[in-house]
Amino acid sequence: MLMAGTRLPLVEFRGVEKRYAGGSAAAVAALDLAIGRGEFLTLLGPSGSGKTTTLMMLAGFETPTAGDIRLGGRSLADRPPHKRNMGVVFQNYALFPHMSVAQNLAFPLRVRGVKGRKAADKVVAALTLVKLDGLGDRRPHALSGGQRQRVALARALIFEPDIVLMDEPLGALDRQLREHLQIEIKRIQRALDLTILYVTHDQGEALALSDRVAVFAGGRMQQVGTPGAIYEHPANAFVAGFVGENNRLAGTLVARQGDRCAIQLAGGQIIRATAADPLLPGDKVVAMIRPEHVQPGAVPPACCSTLEIDVDEFAYHGDHRRIAANVPGAGSLIIRVPVDMAAQRGDRMTIGWCIDHCLAFSASEIEPGKTS
Amino acid sequence: MTRRWVSFALIAPLLAFLIVSFIVPVLLMLARAVTDRDLDRTWPASAAALRTWDGEGLPPDALARTVAREMLAAHRAGTLNRVANRLNYDLVGSRSLLYTTADRLAAGAPGETLADLARIDRRWARADIWTVMRHADGPLTSYYLLAALDRRIDTGGHILRVPREQAVFVDIFLRTFKIASLVALFCALLGYPVAYLLASLPRRIANPLLILVLLPFWTSALVRTAAWAVLLQTNGVVNDLLQYMGLVDAPVQLIYNRLGVYVAMTHVLLPFFILPLYGVMKGIDPTAMRAASSLGAPPLLAFLKVYLPQSLPGVAAGAVLVFTLAVGYYVTPALVGGGADQMISASIAFYTSQSLNWGMAAALSLLLLLPLLLMLFAGRTMVRTVPA
Repeated sequence: MLMAGTRLPLVEFRGVEKRYAGGSAAAVAALDLAIGRGEFLTLLGPSGSGKTTTLMMLAGFETPTAGDIRLGGRSLADRPPHKRNMGVVFQNYALFPHMSVAQNLAFPLRVRGVKGRKAADKVVAALTLVKLDGLGDRRPHALSGGQRQRVALARALIFEPDIVLMDEPLGALDRQLREHLQIEIKRIQRALDLTILYVTHDQGEALALSDRVAVFAGGRMQQVGTPGAIYEHPANAFVAGFVGENNRLAGTLVARQGDRCAIQLAGGQIIRATAADPLLPGDKVVAMIRPEHVQPGAVPPACCSTLEIDVDEFAYHGDHRRIAANVPGAGSLIIRVPVDMAAQRGDRMTIGWCIDHCLAFSASEIEPGKTS
Repeated sequence: MTRRWVSFALIAPLLAFLIVSFIVPVLLMLARAVTDRDLDRTWPASAAALRTWDGEGLPPDALARTVAREMLAAHRAGTLNRVANRLNYDLVGSRSLLYTTADRLAAGAPGETLADLARIDRRWARADIWTVMRHADGPLTSYYLLAALDRRIDTGGHILRVPREQAVFVDIFLRTFKIASLVALFCALLGYPVAYLLASLPRRIANPLLILVLLPFWTSALVRTAAWAVLLQTNGVVNDLLQYMGLVDAPVQLIYNRLGVYVAMTHVLLPFFILPLYGVMKGIDPTAMRAASSLGAPPLLAFLKVYLPQSLPGVAAGAVLVFTLAVGYYVTPALVGGGADQMISASIAFYTSQSLNWGMAAALSLLLLLPLLLMLFAGRTMVRTVPA
């Protein structure tokens, strides 16, 4: 259900592992991942999760300590970075400060023996592609951050690489520019039918851009799938907490029937949820429910669970309002409500949710501090 | 505005210190290269009379009388020394001429005419001592600067080369600049890879290595040079090693010649090349090399096209620093060089502390300083055209 069906795998990671000398834990462990031709695959995870290491191993700047990486069916093990034909966009852009924009773009052509008229035409075309016409004579330091990012992208595309690797390419830009460039990157990817491996810690970016997202934590790939699958059907509590916002309610499993279960919260309230892990009564669990899935006030009867809360904070967010609520004895909750709803601090209200939307995971899986 | 005054007030003590202890003395010293006040301060009337004399043939009796009178006065006042030394630079023997003449005048010999003086010493009847005195009448002179370039001005005002056997300074200047250039080149060849290594290693390993580079800084240049004398001597460690390895049959002369100067100066000055270059290299984005490689450049090409151009400002800074320091070197060539390896500083030191001809010392210093200032300016321009 997850692989884009008709696409042939271009890149394959097979049992790839990376350990650094002196480091106790593996930076990347037991990685099996295939990237289809023309696919936009994003590696998503917090810093130190192994996503950048994975990208650098594919680019050839890090060597796997076990396993094999293949490009078009051939092992890359003995191929140095300059023979891999992969365009890399670095987080800091890594433009050559002593060369003009045009010289930066011509660099990969020059080292491939493409010179003169042909190279000049390609440079002009690449500048047009990233909407930087006429800026070829500028030095990188005379460009804005967004423009530098575009030059870095154009430079990584101009030699028609087999795959483009992007390491947090928008990380240094402000939010508005970032959203604008996301659209640009997507447009260029479609126009040129590019295969892109993208690394980011921004889950919004990952969901918006990708055909598939691979979520990393602690050096291991937690889940890979379409943005919808990752968001709606997280494989574990980490993915549920890292991708999108999620509320966590800690409790103990008291009953289970099929994938439906009942959980007793620390404050004594009973809620109902869908068990996402193999759980048994008596297990410590965490129930996770997204703010937009919590319904305030009157609750429809079927497949629902309800809970009494106290409103702590009621905040205006422009297009919606948020309630920060206290669940006596069980922690706090964020609820997303329509902007026309009224409530105030100290109100007691009943909330509810569809059981399908509330997922129960084993509590031991959640790494502290990794949820939003 | 207030901030500017505060800034100025903060640097004012240092500025005052520098002006009083460094800038003013240096300027006063350099001024001696173009001023000539020994005769005109001690014998003011004679100097005035010398300036009105046409310089043709022998002087009139009136001038001879003035000179004789002031010579005697200076002898009694104990200031004759200054004029005697000054004239002796130009005409060897002038010193004894003045003292014997002054002694005889003091003993009552007449000094009213040129003929009276010629009776005391026949040299007063020759034109050369008078020409020399006329040149020394001050207050400004081109004499020292010309002499520092192996040139002199004749009685007719023409600039001439001094005879080949007396011409030394141009050769020494050229030798000085050649040695300094080659030392800078050797420092570049040896220092660039070291700086590159230091800049690319992780800090944990680079820092101890950096201390090894800095270590010679904390040892005096004199000690280091003396150590080279021990290593390079005929029966020294290096010669033993060469013979043991069978590279040479007999000891090679490694010291008290130009080779010794190059070896010792390169060693002493190497940190001055490495440190600025290291600083520049630390500022080069290491991902630029990765980018070059990902774009298809093999390692050597990536280095030549991406790294090297970005490191050139550091090379320029290091080379200028080493060259400037090398040009002024004095102790090292004196200890490990031969007679034909002495640099211009040795001449300056000779005139400053042995012959006490400060005018000459100042002229040589000035001629050494000017190319260096040009060089620093050129270096600055070069650094500016290659943006870091």
